[in-house]
Amino acid sequence: MNPNKILYLGAEAEIKTSVYLGLSAVEKRRIRKSYRIPEIDHMLISARTKEESKLIMEARIQGVAVPIIYDVDVENGIITMEYIDGHRIKDIIHRLTEKERKRICEKIGDGIARLHNNDIIHGDITTSNMILVDDTIYFIDFGLGCKDSEIEAKGVDLHVLMEAFSSTHSLYPQCFDYVLDGYKKRFQGDADVICKKIEEIVRRGRYRT
Amino acid sequence: MTICLGIEGTAHTIGVGIIKSDKGRCQVLSNVIKGYHPEKGGIHPREAANHHATYVADVLSDSIKKAGVVFSAVDLISFSQGPGLGPCLRTVATAARALSLKLKKPLLGVNHCVAHLEIGRGTIPECIDPVLLYVSGANTQVIGFAEGKYRVFGETLDIGLGNCLDKFGRSLDLEFPAGPKIEELAKKSKTYVKLPYSIKGMDIAFSGLLTAAMQEKKQGTSVEDICFSIQETAFAALTEVTERAMAHTEKKEVLLGGGVACNMRLRSMVETMAKARGARFFVPSRNLCVDNGAMIAWLGLLMYESGIRMTIEDSMINQRFRTDMVQVAWR
Repeated sequence: MNPNKILYLGAEAEIKTSVYLGLSAVEKRRIRKSYRIPEIDHMLISARTKEESKLIMEARIQGVAVPIIYDVDVENGIITMEYIDGHRIKDIIHRLTEKERKRICEKIGDGIARLHNNDIIHGDITTSNMILVDDTIYFIDFGLGCKDSEIEAKGVDLHVLMEAFSSTHSLYPQCFDYVLDGYKKRFQGDADVICKKIEEIVRRGRYRT
Repeated sequence: MTICLGIEGTAHTIGVGIIKSDKGRCQVLSNVIKGYHPEKGGIHPREAANHHATYVADVLSDSIKKAGVVFSAVDLISFSQGPGLGPCLRTVATAARALSLKLKKPLLGVNHCVAHLEIGRGTIPECIDPVLLYVSGANTQVIGFAEGKYRVFGETLDIGLGNCLDKFGRSLDLEFPAGPKIEELAKKSKTYVKLPYSIKGMDIAFSGLLTAAMQEKKQGTSVEDICFSIQETAFAALTEVTERAMAHTEKKEVLLGGGVACNMRLRSMVETMAKARGARFFVPSRNLCVDNGAMIAWLGLLMYESGIRMTIEDSMINQRFRTDMVQVAWR
């Protein structure tokens, strides 16, 4: 793999390939912003780098497949982590049979429920942020994540994925139902309360299409 | 259909603007604005409505005079239907209905937030498809056009930034609106006092920032330092949310709107962000940034020309008129 190749350039961070002690790795580096004063810039970059790496490590402890963190440089805002060599769910979902799609989506739901059982909110669950390797679904990019025990936070977290399915994968409207099936089996609280919350979020004016 | 008269009155400003459509561009013929200034405290909705009722006729005739047109030359009457303070909206709607019936000209109620965006597109030729950062007393939203509607990509979860500035300003006995004085005070400091920076996903919150700023003041921190820190914190958060919306929608233009858009520090931050992304930065002239009748007139004209009609019965005001409730037929 070619090191230092930019994989993704976002508004907040750049992701590039790297090597860590001979292992294939990716580096997520938060970009300094010249529009804000250095005090705020430094505070945001270091706090977010710390928060994101903590969430990833905690998710791993809870049995959710996430990249292994190799190194965290809080000062410069760099997280070096395992390179996940697989396919984004976004790119393969249309290639699956309905039966496989159902199975994969249930696994996604299972993973989200494991996060939520421990109050980990991913913050940006889209099909671009899940990678399938063999039969394991890896969750990546916890950059908008946080810890929150509220039903609202969990509902909003799932709603993001629902929106992703209805906008990007509108041919497969049943996918989100499969996700919820998998979620309900794993979630330790009352999953029906979360489902009701999602319906409520949909009804709110700003989310209506 | 060429000349439209728009009446604005969602909050503290009563404004009448007269505009003309010139090959799809907005030509402002007149734009008269009169602001209600409470003697103490913030806006009292009833007092503001009384103010509008007292001055609407004067502002109207002044606007007609400045535009150099006669009433019979006006083809359409539009007014701010919402969002805003109920008593103010009702006063202005009543004036607009009366004028429409008297002149026998069609009436259209328009969305105030969308008007802020459209006036930028209408008066700045290079501004085609921007993300709008709209920051005023009550409203703080990041708006963009996507899939047939103006959508809110991020907004305040509690108070508008202007409201936050005004409340802090009142604790310093500053006159309303406090924004310009806070900007002056902020220029005298370079010392940053840490204040809460609150972004949740694409949304933003300011009430924690306000509380923390008040605490700092109680503890004797210099007012200049606090003003500097409020601006740096709040504007950085706004700029960040705006950049996210631009990345998400892949838009290459950013437009500022609302009273707080007059702040030079906010302008420079958004402009710096835009430059770094290779995007273009626009801000309308001052009297089109603040609440004004010309923007209401221009949106009314766009809507009318796209075939939208409204009966008197449909012209009821809506205090919670959301940006994404507007059916956009003109784009």
